[in-house]
Amino acid sequence: MPSVTWAGRSHQLAAGETVLDGLLRNGIEIAHACKAGSCGSCMLRAVAGEIAARAQVGLKDSWKTRGYFLSCMCVPEASLELAEVGAEARIPAQITAVDHLSDDVLRIRLLPERAFEFRAGQYLTLIRDSGLARSYSLASLPNERELELHVRLIPHGRMSTWLNQPETIGSNVQLQGPSGECFYVPGREEQPLLLAGAGTGLAPLWGIVHDALQQGHTGPIHLFHGALRPGGLYLREQLEALAASRSHFSYTPTVLNGPEEGRISVGAIDSIIGTTYPKLVGWRGFVCGDPTLVRSLKRKLFLAGIAMGDIYSDAFLPSV
Amino acid sequence: MHIMSTSNATLFEQLGGQAAVEAAVDNFYRKVLVDERVAHFFDDVDMDRQRGKQKAFLTMAFGGPHNYSGKDMRTGHARLVAMGLNDSHFDAIVELLGGTLKEMGVADELIGQVAAIAESTRADVLGK
Ligand SMILES: Cc1cc2nc3c(=O)[nH]c(=O)nc-3n(C[C@H](O)[C@H](O)[C@H](O)COP(=O)(O)OP(=O)(O)OC[C@H]3O[C@@H](n4cnc5c(N)ncnc54)[C@H](O)[C@@H]3O)c2cc1C
Ligand code: HEM
Repeated sequence: MPSVTWAGRSHQLAAGETVLDGLLRNGIEIAHACKAGSCGSCMLRAVAGEIAARAQVGLKDSWKTRGYFLSCMCVPEASLELAEVGAEARIPAQITAVDHLSDDVLRIRLLPERAFEFRAGQYLTLIRDSGLARSYSLASLPNERELELHVRLIPHGRMSTWLNQPETIGSNVQLQGPSGECFYVPGREEQPLLLAGAGTGLAPLWGIVHDALQQGHTGPIHLFHGALRPGGLYLREQLEALAASRSHFSYTPTVLNGPEEGRISVGAIDSIIGTTYPKLVGWRGFVCGDPTLVRSLKRKLFLAGIAMGDIYSDAFLPSV
Repeated sequence: MHIMSTSNATLFEQLGGQAAVEAAVDNFYRKVLVDERVAHFFDDVDMDRQRGKQKAFLTMAFGGPHNYSGKDMRTGHARLVAMGLNDSHFDAIVELLGGTLKEMGVADELIGQVAAIAESTRADVLGK
């Protein structure tokens, strides 16, 4: 069995065990969240030994050459000597504001210590001093000074509960990323765009809508936002105002249950989309949020005629 | 896509190569997902990954370059055989494949050649 050397001590890995699991099993605290190669928080550096390409998917070339790899995706064939990632991989940031967008959605503003480059709709991973890491989509635009996140309060959620305290304002955290392929790519500016998400799935879609408008997209842009109750349709006034001022932008708020009220559609978001647009041939789609909903929406959009290559998505997988 | 009529072009070339696979994959996959006979085999697989596998399937059926052995086909479909995969499902897939090619305007003679390649994998796919 291969072994891994960490801080001068060697640890044996079990058969088929990832570097991350092996280190955690030996009581070594390594930041991690998704264990699926997407959040990036478990990134380490190999100072000696071979890393398979699979453990470096999505990393910048300059990082790959320095031996950076995702420890949750790495089952080494031979022994490795490891080190923590350098300061270039994580950007310190200060939490500057926390407020409520709805009963259970927080808006978090962050000021990074140096430029954090991203494309609207991508996500970052927020890492606390304790090593607790969680991924959040960016709702802000690259040209804004502060970063904005929409965080749903999860009962007993370790990160979201911590964020929801007055003393969190002013705290320092580390940012890693950005990651994700769910963003607006300029070109084909006449193509109609459909964006759909429930709950905080709105965060990246908000960014993508504004980005597409700023980049001069001319085709229709239709955003569907779903919530359980009308109170969960946060940023509704702002989106209605945007729809009123931009003739090619439409916004449909939807709730799963509840009385018909104003312009809110009642029903499952995927059936409401299906009724509005039985055919979506030639469209581009963006779907974000709850993994089950993302899966079913992707399928719906694909069957309605959107080419698979034109469907962009981010599933908010819970941490493990 | 251009038409190659030289008789020494391979089937894969005559169909249009990798571009034909790209052109066929979304339509074929849509047919599979809405066909009640076979849709349930594709239910719990991630769509993006599945699309890659559909491309592998089409490349193989079009006589293109691939690295699958008969043994790979056996192990790859063993989970499905355990779910009840049988000749009727196999026939349905060959039918949907033929329908996809027909819609793309591929000549019947070439569709026949594709069906023959698919046929040659039947025993392995069904684990017989
Ligand atoms: C790519 C990506 C992007 C994401 N973007 C966002 C975003 O923009 N906004 C956002 O709010 N979240 C987002 N998430 C989810 C986020 O990373 C966390 O998983 C979430 O905030 C919960 O973390 P926590 O520490 O508060 O709760 P945890 O301590 O991780 O969880 C506490 C308990 O609640 C359960 N739980 C976790 N999530 C849910 C849920 N959704 N519903 C019901 N139970 C749950 C857990 O299983 C656990 O038992 C994203 C995730 C990914 C992978
Ligand atoms: C007609 C002959 C067939 C050929 C040549 C073929 C070929 C293939 C190939 C190359 C793959 C990808 C394997 C991989 O890379 O993992 C695959 C996967 C798959 N095939 Fe087939 N296949 C055939 C018939 C069928 C039939 C009849 C069904 C079901 C009705 C089916 C269902 C699947 C499924 C669900 C997968 C994905 C398996 C997984 O991800 O676990 N195939 N097939």
